[in-house]
Amino acid sequence: MSEEVKKREPLFSAKNRKLLTTPLGKNNPITVQVLGICSALAVTVKLEPAFVMAISVVAVLAIGNVVISLLRNMIPPRIRIIVQLVVIAALVILVDQVLKAFAYDVSKQLSVFVGLIITNCIIMGRFEAFAMANKPWPSFLDGLGNAAGYGLILIIVAFFRELLGSGTVWGYPLFEKLGIYSVGYENNGLMILPPMALITVGIIIWVQRYKNRELIED
Amino acid sequence: MQDLINIFVKSIFIDNMIFAYFLGMCSYLAVSKTVKTSVGLGFAVIFVLGITVPVDYLLNEYLLSPGALAWLSPELATVDLSFLSFIMFIAVIASMVQLVEMIVEKFSPALYNSLGIFLPLIAVNCAILGGSLFMQEREYQSIAEATSFGLGSGVGWFLAIVAIAAIREKIRYSNVPPALRGLGITFIITGLMGIAFMSFMGIKI
Repeated sequence: MSEEVKKREPLFSAKNRKLLTTPLGKNNPITVQVLGICSALAVTVKLEPAFVMAISVVAVLAIGNVVISLLRNMIPPRIRIIVQLVVIAALVILVDQVLKAFAYDVSKQLSVFVGLIITNCIIMGRFEAFAMANKPWPSFLDGLGNAAGYGLILIIVAFFRELLGSGTVWGYPLFEKLGIYSVGYENNGLMILPPMALITVGIIIWVQRYKNRELIED
Repeated sequence: MQDLINIFVKSIFIDNMIFAYFLGMCSYLAVSKTVKTSVGLGFAVIFVLGITVPVDYLLNEYLLSPGALAWLSPELATVDLSFLSFIMFIAVIASMVQLVEMIVEKFSPALYNSLGIFLPLIAVNCAILGGSLFMQEREYQSIAEATSFGLGSGVGWFLAIVAIAAIREKIRYSNVPPALRGLGITFIITGLMGIAFMSFMGIKI
Protein backbone atom coordinates (compact mmCIF):
# COMPACT_ATOMS: atom_id res chain seq x y z
CA MET A 1 0.00 0.00 0.00
CA SER A 2 2.65 2.47 1.06
CA GLU A 3 4.75 1.50 -1.96
CA GLU A 4 1.92 2.29 -4.29
CA VAL A 5 1.61 5.72 -2.79
CA LYS A 6 5.32 6.34 -3.26
CA LYS A 7 5.21 5.47 -6.95
CA ARG A 8 2.55 8.05 -7.69
CA GLU A 9 3.54 11.56 -8.50
CA PRO A 10 3.36 13.72 -5.38
CA LEU A 11 0.42 16.13 -5.42
CA PHE A 12 2.62 19.19 -5.50
CA SER A 13 5.53 17.99 -7.61
CA ALA A 14 7.73 20.59 -9.27
CA LYS A 15 5.82 20.15 -12.52
CA ASN A 16 2.47 20.70 -10.86
CA ARG A 17 3.70 23.71 -8.95
CA LYS A 18 4.85 25.18 -12.22
CA LEU A 19 1.37 24.76 -13.68
CA LEU A 20 0.10 26.89 -10.86
CA THR A 21 2.72 29.62 -10.92
CA THR A 22 3.72 30.32 -14.55
CA PRO A 23 0.32 31.77 -15.48
CA LEU A 24 0.78 34.35 -12.76
CA GLY A 25 3.79 35.84 -14.50
CA LYS A 26 5.63 34.57 -17.56
CA ASN A 27 2.63 32.93 -19.19
CA ASN A 28 -0.09 35.25 -17.97
CA PRO A 29 -3.36 34.63 -19.84
CA ILE A 30 -4.11 38.32 -20.35
CA THR A 31 -0.76 39.95 -21.01
CA VAL A 32 1.00 37.09 -22.79
CA GLN A 33 -1.54 34.64 -24.19
CA VAL A 34 -3.99 37.48 -25.01
CA LEU A 35 -7.01 35.54 -23.80
CA GLY A 36 -10.06 36.69 -21.90
CA ILE A 37 -9.67 40.40 -22.33
CA CYS A 38 -13.28 40.83 -23.36
CA SER A 39 -14.88 40.62 -19.97
CA ALA A 40 -11.78 41.67 -18.07
CA LEU A 41 -11.79 45.38 -18.63
CA ALA A 42 -15.33 46.54 -18.15
CA VAL A 43 -15.53 45.38 -14.53
CA THR A 44 -12.38 47.10 -13.32
CA VAL A 45 -13.71 50.51 -12.31
CA LYS A 46 -13.83 49.44 -8.65
CA LEU A 47 -12.00 46.72 -6.73
CA GLU A 48 -15.06 44.94 -5.41
CA PRO A 49 -16.69 43.92 -8.72
CA ALA A 50 -13.25 43.03 -10.11
CA PHE A 51 -12.63 40.76 -7.13
CA VAL A 52 -16.02 39.07 -7.45
CA MET A 53 -15.43 38.61 -11.17
CA ALA A 54 -12.01 37.07 -10.48
CA ILE A 55 -13.50 34.63 -7.96
CA SER A 56 -16.26 33.67 -10.40
CA VAL A 57 -13.76 32.95 -13.15
CA VAL A 58 -11.58 30.91 -10.76
CA ALA A 59 -14.61 28.80 -9.83
CA VAL A 60 -15.77 28.27 -13.42
CA LEU A 61 -12.33 27.55 -14.85
CA ALA A 62 -11.09 25.22 -12.10
CA ILE A 63 -14.29 23.16 -11.95
CA GLY A 64 -14.76 23.26 -15.71
CA ASN A 65 -11.22 22.04 -16.33
CA VAL A 66 -11.80 19.07 -14.00
CA VAL A 67 -15.13 18.20 -15.65
CA ILE A 68 -13.69 18.39 -19.17
CA SER A 69 -10.65 16.43 -18.09
CA LEU A 70 -12.83 13.66 -16.65
CA LEU A 71 -14.90 13.59 -19.85
CA ARG A 72 -11.94 13.93 -22.21
CA ASN A 73 -11.97 10.34 -23.43
CA MET A 74 -15.71 10.33 -23.97
CA ILE A 75 -16.13 13.53 -25.99
CA PRO A 76 -16.20 12.93 -29.76
CA PRO A 77 -13.74 15.41 -31.31
CA ARG A 78 -16.23 16.74 -33.86
CA ILE A 79 -18.70 18.07 -31.33
CA ARG A 80 -16.28 19.00 -28.58
CA ILE A 81 -16.93 22.76 -28.87
CA ILE A 82 -20.64 22.28 -28.18
CA VAL A 83 -19.91 19.97 -25.25
CA GLN A 84 -17.46 22.51 -23.82
CA LEU A 85 -19.97 25.31 -24.24
CA VAL A 86 -22.64 23.33 -22.42
CA VAL A 87 -20.30 22.63 -19.50
CA ILE A 88 -19.29 26.30 -19.27
CA ALA A 89 -22.83 27.59 -19.63
CA ALA A 90 -24.09 25.28 -16.88
CA LEU A 91 -21.32 26.40 -14.51
CA VAL A 92 -21.88 30.07 -15.32
CA ILE A 93 -25.61 29.76 -14.67
CA LEU A 94 -24.74 28.32 -11.24
CA VAL A 95 -22.35 31.19 -10.51
CA ASP A 96 -24.91 33.74 -11.70
CA GLN A 97 -27.66 32.32 -9.49
CA VAL A 98 -25.33 32.18 -6.48
CA LEU A 99 -24.31 35.81 -7.03
CA LYS A 100 -27.94 36.88 -7.40
CA ALA A 101 -28.79 35.14 -4.16
CA PHE A 102 -25.85 36.23 -1.98
CA ALA A 103 -24.36 39.36 -3.55
CA TYR A 104 -27.22 41.03 -5.38
CA ASP A 105 -25.68 44.52 -5.57
CA VAL A 106 -22.45 43.30 -7.10
CA SER A 107 -24.33 41.05 -9.49
CA LYS A 108 -26.31 44.12 -10.67
CA GLN A 109 -23.04 46.02 -11.17
CA LEU A 110 -21.52 43.21 -13.17
CA SER A 111 -24.74 43.04 -15.27
CA VAL A 112 -24.12 41.12 -18.48
CA PHE A 113 -20.49 40.43 -17.72
CA VAL A 114 -21.25 37.40 -15.56
CA GLY A 115 -22.98 35.85 -18.57
CA LEU A 116 -20.04 36.79 -20.71
CA ILE A 117 -17.79 34.44 -18.72
CA ILE A 118 -19.25 31.83 -21.10
CA THR A 119 -17.49 33.41 -24.03
CA ASN A 120 -14.36 34.26 -22.08
CA CYS A 121 -11.64 32.94 -24.35
CA ILE A 122 -9.50 31.88 -21.37
CA ILE A 123 -11.96 29.15 -20.49
CA MET A 124 -12.33 27.68 -23.97
CA GLY A 125 -8.61 28.17 -24.50
CA ARG A 126 -7.62 26.19 -21.40
CA PHE A 127 -10.18 23.46 -22.13
CA GLU A 128 -8.76 23.04 -25.62
CA ALA A 129 -5.10 23.44 -24.77
CA PHE A 130 -4.89 21.62 -21.46
CA ALA A 131 -7.91 19.82 -20.05
CA MET A 132 -8.58 17.79 -23.23
CA ALA A 133 -5.15 16.18 -22.91
CA ASN A 134 -4.42 15.94 -19.19
CA LYS A 135 -5.54 14.21 -16.01
CA PRO A 136 -8.01 15.91 -13.62
CA TRP A 137 -5.55 17.01 -10.92
CA PRO A 138 -3.07 18.83 -13.21
CA SER A 139 -6.06 20.28 -15.05
CA PHE A 140 -7.45 21.59 -11.79
CA LEU A 141 -4.12 23.27 -10.99
CA ASP A 142 -3.85 24.65 -14.49
CA GLY A 143 -7.34 26.11 -14.25
CA LEU A 144 -6.62 27.56 -10.85
CA GLY A 145 -3.34 29.09 -11.99
CA ASN A 146 -4.68 30.62 -15.18
CA ALA A 147 -7.79 32.03 -13.55
CA ALA A 148 -5.61 33.44 -10.77
CA GLY A 149 -3.33 35.06 -13.36
CA TYR A 150 -6.40 36.59 -14.96
CA GLY A 151 -7.72 37.74 -11.60
CA LEU A 152 -4.35 39.22 -10.68
CA ILE A 153 -4.35 41.54 -13.70
CA LEU A 154 -8.00 42.42 -13.04
CA ILE A 155 -7.23 43.38 -9.47
CA ILE A 156 -4.13 45.40 -10.38
CA VAL A 157 -6.06 47.35 -13.02
CA ALA A 158 -9.01 47.88 -10.69
CA PHE A 159 -6.74 49.01 -7.86
CA PHE A 160 -5.16 51.78 -9.94
CA ARG A 161 -8.41 52.84 -11.58
CA GLU A 162 -10.23 53.07 -8.26
CA LEU A 163 -7.33 54.79 -6.49
CA LEU A 164 -6.67 57.40 -9.16
CA GLY A 165 -10.25 57.74 -10.38
CA SER A 166 -12.20 57.88 -7.12
CA GLY A 167 -9.43 58.19 -4.52
CA THR A 168 -10.65 55.10 -2.66
CA VAL A 169 -9.44 51.55 -2.04
CA TRP A 170 -12.29 49.03 -1.74
CA GLY A 171 -14.61 51.93 -0.90
CA TYR A 172 -12.25 53.23 1.84
CA PRO A 173 -11.51 56.93 1.17
CA LEU A 174 -7.73 56.62 1.33
CA PHE A 175 -6.80 59.94 -0.28
CA GLU A 176 -9.25 61.84 1.89
CA LYS A 177 -7.83 60.29 5.07
CA LEU A 178 -4.28 61.06 3.96
CA GLY A 179 -5.27 64.67 3.41
CA ILE A 180 -4.12 64.76 -0.20
CA TYR A 181 -7.15 66.76 -1.33
CA SER A 182 -6.27 69.63 0.97
CA VAL A 183 -3.04 70.29 -0.94
CA GLY A 184 -4.98 70.67 -4.17
CA TYR A 185 -5.18 67.11 -5.59
CA GLU A 186 -8.23 66.33 -7.74
CA ASN A 187 -9.56 62.91 -8.70
CA ASN A 188 -8.69 62.00 -12.25
CA GLY A 189 -12.14 61.47 -13.78
CA LEU A 190 -10.59 60.02 -16.92
CA MET A 191 -9.56 56.86 -15.05
CA ILE A 192 -13.20 55.88 -14.55
CA LEU A 193 -13.96 56.02 -18.27
CA PRO A 194 -13.65 52.79 -20.27
CA PRO A 195 -10.68 53.72 -22.51
CA MET A 196 -8.36 54.07 -19.52
CA ALA A 197 -8.75 50.37 -18.73
CA LEU A 198 -7.13 49.60 -22.08
CA ILE A 199 -4.34 52.05 -21.53
CA THR A 200 -3.70 50.69 -18.01
CA VAL A 201 -3.39 47.16 -19.37
CA GLY A 202 -1.13 48.48 -22.10
CA ILE A 203 1.15 49.95 -19.47
CA ILE A 204 1.13 46.73 -17.41
CA ILE A 205 2.19 44.85 -20.55
CA TRP A 206 4.91 47.40 -21.16
CA VAL A 207 6.32 47.03 -17.64
CA GLN A 208 6.13 43.23 -17.76
CA ARG A 209 7.89 42.97 -21.11
CA TYR A 210 10.49 45.46 -20.08
CA LYS A 211 11.36 43.17 -17.16
CA ASN A 212 11.08 39.95 -19.19
CA ARG A 213 13.01 40.54 -22.37
CA GLU A 214 12.14 37.17 -23.90
CA LEU A 215 8.46 38.15 -24.14
CA ILE A 216 9.12 40.99 -26.59
CA GLU A 217 7.45 40.56 -30.01
CA ASP A 218 9.13 41.77 -33.15
CA MET B 1 -38.65 54.80 -37.84
CA GLN B 2 -36.74 57.59 -36.15
CA ASP B 3 -36.38 55.40 -33.08
CA LEU B 4 -34.84 52.65 -35.16
CA ILE B 5 -32.30 54.98 -36.75
CA ASN B 6 -31.52 56.40 -33.35
CA ILE B 7 -30.83 52.95 -31.89
CA PHE B 8 -28.74 52.08 -34.93
CA VAL B 9 -26.55 55.18 -34.70
CA LYS B 10 -26.29 54.95 -30.94
CA SER B 11 -25.09 51.34 -31.05
CA ILE B 12 -22.47 52.15 -33.69
CA PHE B 13 -20.90 55.18 -32.11
CA ILE B 14 -21.86 55.70 -28.49
CA ASP B 15 -22.37 52.15 -27.21
CA ASN B 16 -19.64 50.81 -29.46
CA MET B 17 -19.03 47.15 -28.61
CA ILE B 18 -15.27 47.54 -28.46
CA PHE B 19 -14.65 51.06 -27.23
CA ALA B 20 -17.37 51.23 -24.61
CA TYR B 21 -17.74 47.60 -23.50
CA PHE B 22 -14.57 45.83 -24.68
CA LEU B 23 -16.59 43.02 -26.20
CA GLY B 24 -14.91 40.81 -28.76
CA MET B 25 -11.44 41.97 -27.81
CA CYS B 26 -9.83 38.56 -28.30
CA SER B 27 -10.50 38.27 -32.01
CA TYR B 28 -10.15 42.04 -32.34
CA LEU B 29 -6.53 41.78 -31.19
CA ALA B 30 -5.72 38.52 -32.93
CA VAL B 31 -7.14 39.18 -36.41
CA SER B 32 -6.37 42.88 -36.81
CA LYS B 33 -2.92 42.40 -38.35
CA THR B 34 -4.09 43.06 -41.92
CA VAL B 35 -7.04 45.05 -43.23
CA LYS B 36 -8.18 42.31 -45.60
CA THR B 37 -8.83 39.61 -43.02
CA SER B 38 -10.32 42.09 -40.59
CA VAL B 39 -12.85 43.23 -43.22
CA GLY B 40 -13.86 39.59 -43.68
CA LEU B 41 -14.22 38.96 -39.98
CA GLY B 42 -16.05 42.27 -39.55
CA PHE B 43 -18.66 41.32 -42.13
CA ALA B 44 -19.07 37.89 -40.54
CA VAL B 45 -19.72 39.57 -37.17
CA ILE B 46 -22.28 42.00 -38.66
CA PHE B 47 -24.06 39.09 -40.28
CA VAL B 48 -24.07 36.86 -37.21
CA LEU B 49 -25.15 39.69 -34.88
CA GLY B 50 -27.88 40.74 -37.31
CA ILE B 51 -29.33 37.23 -37.18
CA THR B 52 -28.76 36.12 -33.61
CA VAL B 53 -30.07 39.21 -31.82
CA PRO B 54 -33.57 39.07 -33.40
CA VAL B 55 -33.72 35.28 -32.97
CA ASP B 56 -32.72 35.59 -29.33
CA TYR B 57 -35.24 38.41 -28.98
CA LEU B 58 -38.02 36.06 -30.08
CA LEU B 59 -36.73 33.36 -27.73
CA ASN B 60 -36.64 35.81 -24.87
CA GLU B 61 -40.07 37.25 -25.62
CA TYR B 62 -41.97 33.98 -26.12
CA LEU B 63 -40.07 31.52 -23.97
CA LEU B 64 -37.70 32.85 -21.38
CA SER B 65 -38.73 36.11 -19.75
CA PRO B 66 -41.07 36.01 -16.72
CA GLY B 67 -44.63 35.32 -17.87
CA ALA B 68 -43.54 34.78 -21.45
CA LEU B 69 -45.20 31.38 -21.63
CA ALA B 70 -48.67 32.91 -21.14
CA TRP B 71 -49.40 32.43 -24.85
CA LEU B 72 -49.35 28.66 -24.33
CA SER B 73 -51.83 28.56 -21.51
CA PRO B 74 -52.78 31.00 -18.74
CA GLU B 75 -51.48 28.63 -16.05
CA LEU B 76 -47.94 29.08 -17.30
CA ALA B 77 -48.04 32.86 -16.84
CA THR B 78 -46.06 32.65 -13.61
CA VAL B 79 -43.21 30.57 -15.03
CA ASP B 80 -39.87 32.37 -15.16
CA LEU B 81 -37.28 30.62 -17.29
CA SER B 82 -34.87 33.53 -17.54
CA PHE B 83 -32.12 31.56 -15.77
CA LEU B 84 -31.94 29.40 -18.90
CA SER B 85 -31.19 32.33 -21.15
CA PHE B 86 -27.40 31.92 -21.18
CA ILE B 87 -27.55 28.37 -22.41
CA MET B 88 -30.32 29.05 -24.95
CA PHE B 89 -28.56 32.10 -26.38
CA ILE B 90 -25.25 30.34 -26.73
CA ALA B 91 -26.94 27.41 -28.47
CA VAL B 92 -28.55 29.76 -31.01
CA ILE B 93 -25.22 31.50 -31.56
CA ALA B 94 -23.26 28.27 -32.01
CA SER B 95 -25.69 26.97 -34.62
CA MET B 96 -25.81 30.30 -36.48
CA VAL B 97 -22.02 30.40 -36.62
CA GLN B 98 -22.00 26.89 -38.03
CA LEU B 99 -24.39 28.12 -40.72
CA VAL B 100 -22.25 31.14 -41.59
CA GLU B 101 -19.20 28.91 -41.76
CA MET B 102 -20.90 26.61 -44.24
CA ILE B 103 -22.08 29.54 -46.39
CA VAL B 104 -18.66 31.20 -46.46
CA GLU B 105 -16.93 27.91 -47.25
CA LYS B 106 -19.28 27.38 -50.19
CA PHE B 107 -19.25 30.85 -51.71
CA SER B 108 -15.85 32.27 -50.82
CA PRO B 109 -13.19 29.62 -50.20
CA ALA B 110 -10.46 32.28 -50.25
CA LEU B 111 -12.08 34.19 -47.41
CA TYR B 112 -12.71 30.90 -45.63
CA ASN B 113 -9.03 30.04 -45.77
CA SER B 114 -7.86 33.45 -44.64
CA LEU B 115 -10.25 33.56 -41.70
CA GLY B 116 -9.05 30.10 -40.71
CA ILE B 117 -9.66 29.28 -37.11
CA PHE B 118 -11.34 32.59 -36.33
CA LEU B 119 -14.62 31.78 -38.00
CA PRO B 120 -15.60 29.04 -35.55
CA LEU B 121 -14.28 31.29 -32.82
CA ILE B 122 -17.02 33.81 -33.59
CA ALA B 123 -19.14 31.46 -31.49
CA VAL B 124 -17.06 32.47 -28.50
CA ASN B 125 -16.74 36.08 -29.58
CA CYS B 126 -18.03 38.01 -26.61
CA ALA B 127 -19.55 40.63 -28.89
CA ILE B 128 -22.13 38.13 -30.18
CA LEU B 129 -23.31 36.85 -26.81
CA GLY B 130 -22.92 40.36 -25.41
CA GLY B 131 -25.30 41.65 -28.09
CA SER B 132 -27.98 39.19 -27.03
CA LEU B 133 -27.48 39.84 -23.32
CA PHE B 134 -27.61 43.63 -23.77
CA MET B 135 -30.74 43.19 -25.88
CA GLN B 136 -32.29 41.28 -22.97
CA GLU B 137 -31.13 43.77 -20.36
CA ARG B 138 -32.21 46.90 -22.22
CA GLU B 139 -35.68 45.46 -22.94
CA TYR B 140 -36.15 46.56 -26.55
CA GLN B 141 -39.80 46.93 -27.43
CA SER B 142 -40.04 45.21 -30.81
CA ILE B 143 -38.14 42.85 -33.04
CA ALA B 144 -37.35 45.77 -35.38
CA GLU B 145 -35.58 47.58 -32.55
CA ALA B 146 -33.66 44.44 -31.63
CA THR B 147 -32.57 43.94 -35.26
CA SER B 148 -31.50 47.54 -35.56
CA PHE B 149 -29.47 47.19 -32.36
CA GLY B 150 -27.85 43.97 -33.58
CA LEU B 151 -26.88 45.40 -36.96
CA GLY B 152 -25.67 48.65 -35.43
CA SER B 153 -23.44 46.84 -32.95
CA GLY B 154 -22.05 44.73 -35.77
CA VAL B 155 -21.25 47.80 -37.86
CA GLY B 156 -19.60 49.44 -34.86
CA TRP B 157 -17.44 46.37 -34.33
CA PHE B 158 -16.59 46.28 -38.04
CA LEU B 159 -15.50 49.93 -38.00
CA ALA B 160 -13.35 49.40 -34.94
CA ILE B 161 -11.49 46.36 -36.25
CA VAL B 162 -10.91 47.83 -39.72
CA ALA B 163 -9.62 51.07 -38.22
CA ILE B 164 -7.18 49.31 -35.86
CA ALA B 165 -5.99 47.02 -38.66
CA ALA B 166 -5.22 50.02 -40.86
CA ILE B 167 -3.30 51.67 -38.02
CA ARG B 168 -1.38 48.48 -37.26
CA GLU B 169 -0.36 48.13 -40.90
CA LYS B 170 1.14 51.61 -40.76
CA ILE B 171 2.67 51.31 -37.31
CA ARG B 172 5.03 48.63 -38.53
CA TYR B 173 7.17 51.40 -39.97
CA SER B 174 7.30 53.38 -36.74
CA ASN B 175 9.87 53.19 -34.03
CA VAL B 176 7.91 51.78 -31.10
CA PRO B 177 9.82 50.99 -27.87
CA PRO B 178 10.70 47.27 -28.04
CA ALA B 179 8.77 46.26 -24.93
CA LEU B 180 5.64 47.97 -26.21
CA ARG B 181 5.70 46.42 -29.69
CA GLY B 182 2.74 44.32 -30.80
CA LEU B 183 0.23 43.87 -28.04
CA GLY B 184 1.11 46.79 -25.79
CA ILE B 185 0.89 49.53 -28.38
CA THR B 186 -2.32 48.04 -29.77
CA PHE B 187 -3.94 48.33 -26.35
CA ILE B 188 -2.88 51.93 -25.97
CA ILE B 189 -4.03 52.89 -29.48
CA THR B 190 -7.38 51.24 -28.81
CA GLY B 191 -7.67 53.28 -25.64
CA LEU B 192 -6.94 56.49 -27.54
CA MET B 193 -9.49 55.54 -30.22
CA GLY B 194 -11.98 54.91 -27.43
CA ILE B 195 -11.41 58.42 -26.11
CA ALA B 196 -11.97 59.75 -29.63
CA PHE B 197 -15.21 57.79 -29.92
CA MET B 198 -16.41 59.29 -26.66
CA SER B 199 -16.77 62.59 -28.45
CA PHE B 200 -19.86 61.12 -30.12
CA MET B 201 -21.57 60.98 -26.75
CA GLY B 202 -24.84 62.84 -26.67
CA ILE B 203 -25.57 62.49 -30.39
CA LYS B 204 -29.30 62.13 -30.93
CA ILE B 205 -31.26 62.07 -34.17
